[in-house]
Amino acid sequence: MASTITEKILAHASHQNEVAAGDFAIADVNYVMAHDSTAPLAIEAFYSITDKVFNKDKVIIVFDHFFPAPTVAGATLHQKSRKFVADQQLSGFFTNGVCHQLLVEKFVSPGDVVVGADSHTCTEGALGAFTTGLGSTDIGGSMATGKCWFKVPESLKFNLTGQTRKGVYAKDVILSIIGDVGADGALYKACEFTGDYVDNATVSSRLTLCNMAIEMGGKNGIIEADQKTLDFLGGRTGKIFRSDKEASYKDEYEIEVGELEPQVALPASVDNVKPVSAVEGRKIDQAFLGTCTNGRLEDIEVATKILKGKKIARNVRLIVSPASEDIYFAALEEGYLEALVKAGATVCNASCGPCIGRHEGVLCEGETCVSSMNRNFTGRMGDPKADIILASPATVAASALTGKIADPRDYM
Amino acid sequence: MRAWKFGDDINTDIITPGRYTVTTDKKRLSEIAFIEYRPEFVKQVKEGDVIVAGNNFGCGSSREHSPVAIKAAGVGAVVAKSFARIFFRNAINIGLPLFVCEDTEKIDDGDAVEIDFKTGEIRDKTKGLVLKVKPLPPFMQKIVDRGGLVEFLRSDGYDNV
Ligand code: SF4
Repeated sequence: MASTITEKILAHASHQNEVAAGDFAIADVNYVMAHDSTAPLAIEAFYSITDKVFNKDKVIIVFDHFFPAPTVAGATLHQKSRKFVADQQLSGFFTNGVCHQLLVEKFVSPGDVVVGADSHTCTEGALGAFTTGLGSTDIGGSMATGKCWFKVPESLKFNLTGQTRKGVYAKDVILSIIGDVGADGALYKACEFTGDYVDNATVSSRLTLCNMAIEMGGKNGIIEADQKTLDFLGGRTGKIFRSDKEASYKDEYEIEVGELEPQVALPASVDNVKPVSAVEGRKIDQAFLGTCTNGRLEDIEVATKILKGKKIARNVRLIVSPASEDIYFAALEEGYLEALVKAGATVCNASCGPCIGRHEGVLCEGETCVSSMNRNFTGRMGDPKADIILASPATVAASALTGKIADPRDYM
Repeated sequence: MRAWKFGDDINTDIITPGRYTVTTDKKRLSEIAFIEYRPEFVKQVKEGDVIVAGNNFGCGSSREHSPVAIKAAGVGAVVAKSFARIFFRNAINIGLPLFVCEDTEKIDDGDAVEIDFKTGEIRDKTKGLVLKVKPLPPFMQKIVDRGGLVEFLRSDGYDNV
């Protein structure tokens, strides 16, 4: 029977010859991840099942959502997770980047099954792996057993062709897709991205595409590994799976990206997508560049090109949080961070930063932030009466420069 | 039991805003359910009340705080046209009953409703309506019957499926 890449990986991980959409599979997992916000509940679930993790090198804890701790409550949660890391002698404990970026840089290989207690674990699928976000109890169960149950998802194919115009990026492509299919358009489904646009895209851009699969309800985002993936992985090889030509998809979307304009998602749902021209000139108070969606080197580079040698608008805060320490150092070496700080940016440690409104730049009532992140839900960055507009790093930078939502093509 | 009616795409930031989820304490979580979106909810919700919603209930983050908060607030079940995937798993894993029902628009906020877990029926006593819900797949039902994933793994485990 012809299978999709997702079906093949789940069959392999559950020791079956094949599985089809709708089947239940109990799969071995290669890595289990939880972060500072979700680990405490997972640890509670874990200890009510057993007292020893299935493999101390495959359970990974990352402090990224509120690190360093901004409150006593946060510090107390950190203490609890630190004790778990020490008691279980885990080798993978990090405080220097967003969990998904660290998994991508250090762990995930093609063909892996990876579960994380964070919805954006779909990001890592850009390396040709099956990676998905789960809740804390599921993660506690996987820490204990090294396994997880899955209902094999139906797949959607997004065949992306052509080349984006100058000033238009993977973020604009995925926002436009989400605007078309809606916030529940891919509910429970595997989102497979193919086509020459994807082939030509950098690994960083592919990660941006897969990162937002969850914003249309998807179970996982996935892109077949190619030479570019292997080059990115350095020594990690994994097992490369590809979808059969005759594999069956619930729906196939043909998307030509050549005509696309820069896109924005307006408050307060990710599928409220419009071309940037629809809100050009709207005043902003804050601009945020970072996150597992768009906090990578190429994102910081794009923003730097727009801002270098200039000053951001008065009364606008520009906050930059590189997605990992490696990216932070690379951006430092390239001179990007210096240029951004000189332009008026505040550079934070490599973490989620203000993405969930707990520290490093929360919004008050009536403010608007343009952000390179993936969610614009009410209250996400602070006060529920603050607005979040999602956009590409280029649009974020151009808007910071002018103090208003701006079309980046006018500033490149 | 009172029906608490919600619309489509009720996300986890609406259910339990991220700024309030720096705790795993069930009682504290129960006090923040819908705190900004519907502040009257936690004040008035009674043991066994039912949340009735549209499509994609629980979308957004993977935070388990959301179903835990709903359950701890006393809600007996959530009925929706469809659920976001992670929320659905999480609710089953912690033993919050969920039902998929295509006709939730027929139920209004404040209606008196009753769910018969055995026959898979929701009765709207205010309107005199009986609506059907979809049964869970057997594997998931088994987890729910055990009271959640933790109990399932302790009693059955993956090796005995
Ligand atoms: S950067 Fe934002 S979206 Fe990504 S893992 Fe952190 S909080 Fe979640």
